[in-house]
Amino acid sequence: MYLSREEEAVYQGEHGETLRRMMEILVALGDIYGAERLVPVRSVQIAGVSYKNIGEAGLEWISDLQGQVAVPSILNPAGMDLCRWQEMGVSEDFAEKQQQTIEAYRHLGISIDCTCTPYQIRQDLASPGDHLAWSESSAVSYANSVIGARTNREGGPSALAAALVGKTALYGYHLDENRHPTHQVDVKADLRGSDYGALGFLVGRIIKDGVPFFRLRGQRPAQDELKALGAAMAASGSVALYYVQDVTPKPPTCGQPEETLHLDRKEIDEVYARFPAEEADAVALGCPHCSAEELERIAGLLQGQKVQKELWVCTARKIAQANPGLVEAIEKSGARVFCDTCMVVSPATERFSRMLTSSGKALSYLPGLAGVGAGLGSLEDCIDAALGRR
Amino acid sequence: MEIKCHRVASGCASGPALVTREAISFLGNVDATTGMVVDPAHELFGQCIAGKVLIFPGGKGSTVGSYVIYQLKKKGLAPAAMIAIRSEPIVAVGAIISGIPLVDRVSEEILRVVSGTIVEVDANRERIRV
Repeated sequence: MYLSREEEAVYQGEHGETLRRMMEILVALGDIYGAERLVPVRSVQIAGVSYKNIGEAGLEWISDLQGQVAVPSILNPAGMDLCRWQEMGVSEDFAEKQQQTIEAYRHLGISIDCTCTPYQIRQDLASPGDHLAWSESSAVSYANSVIGARTNREGGPSALAAALVGKTALYGYHLDENRHPTHQVDVKADLRGSDYGALGFLVGRIIKDGVPFFRLRGQRPAQDELKALGAAMAASGSVALYYVQDVTPKPPTCGQPEETLHLDRKEIDEVYARFPAEEADAVALGCPHCSAEELERIAGLLQGQKVQKELWVCTARKIAQANPGLVEAIEKSGARVFCDTCMVVSPATERFSRMLTSSGKALSYLPGLAGVGAGLGSLEDCIDAALGRR
Repeated sequence: MEIKCHRVASGCASGPALVTREAISFLGNVDATTGMVVDPAHELFGQCIAGKVLIFPGGKGSTVGSYVIYQLKKKGLAPAAMIAIRSEPIVAVGAIISGIPLVDRVSEEILRVVSGTIVEVDANRERIRV
């Protein structure tokens, strides 16, 4: 891989041991994936935050690093609400390790915003055409597909390397040649809300790491619905880029994908039937993290009522802070608005036996990552279940 | 015998070879507190990787494996050096963050080296001496 004179100096250790190793990571990955050179990144989102996932080994590594990030960098969700972890049922030992992890990241100059939806809280992180080094699979999908920026799905160390060096290796989704649709997906159904999660759950399983080009009918999908679609495909498969005709930015050229899938209402309904809403002992919303619009809808549905089951509403701390009235309205029902974390990455989820969610992503991950059964319902079904109406 | 290779993680080290034809998942196959291969299904089951020159096809499994390599290194239980036929991100990143010399792009002939043979890996000069 080509390195500029300045990059070569970093690689040879002229700017210290931490930067040398970080550059070595970028070069090693560039060599593995055939990158020609490095490219500057606008922002970085770093995975490997929940202590449940990185363990003592990861914490030790992050704590040993020295230096400051070169570009705006934020974090993936942690294993708990950093303020209200006790209410979640997180143990004191875990909380201590989680706080140490957060402090280690803070020490490197990283903003302590723990969210899978960086684009919902900051406008300065990604614009069309920007190169990024983001980690969380749904954020990667949203950045590539809805914003029209360019990022691979980075692992924890490679994202940190990009943050400290300010660059990433130029390969994969950074290049036009890898951004062509591989499958056309024709959907003959009017979709709404959680239907997008169900659709993504199906399509991700079928096309794995392909690039789908959707032709939808009916109402134009809202940003939250695109968020849900991409998140589900990135979890049930590893889709990092998709297109929706007349909605998202366009593919680099308009060549016809080799394969076409046809899906209709029956197949969407089968996903709900396979993961029924009944018999859940808890309900969790906000995977990916709720937007202000979603908090508003939840507050409206809960108004004047009391929940009978635990209801978690997960969001970014900045969204909650900007909407204190909505948070208060939701919590009046007995539901809890948790920040910095979610049902997928927190160990607190493990005490439930079956969780109901409106997310196609949580549906994929809850059984494997938390050992918890999962049901899929619309937002209204989820609220009804929490209120004890079903 | 001297063999050409490609540097992934810099450094120079030598030790007795530990050779396997099976890929290794550092998370799951190796115990981070002892350096022993603990997966009964793995060809190296019961062997200790500490101080060895690990010769293997490459890594597999969870990306947390990179951190496990780091933890092994801090406890003094990591391999002295590693030779992979083809490196992938988990082992590459693990070796780099841990400061363990790692080279790749060698012929599969290297897997014929008998375990216990002293092997020197000079990643900086991109040379292996058996």
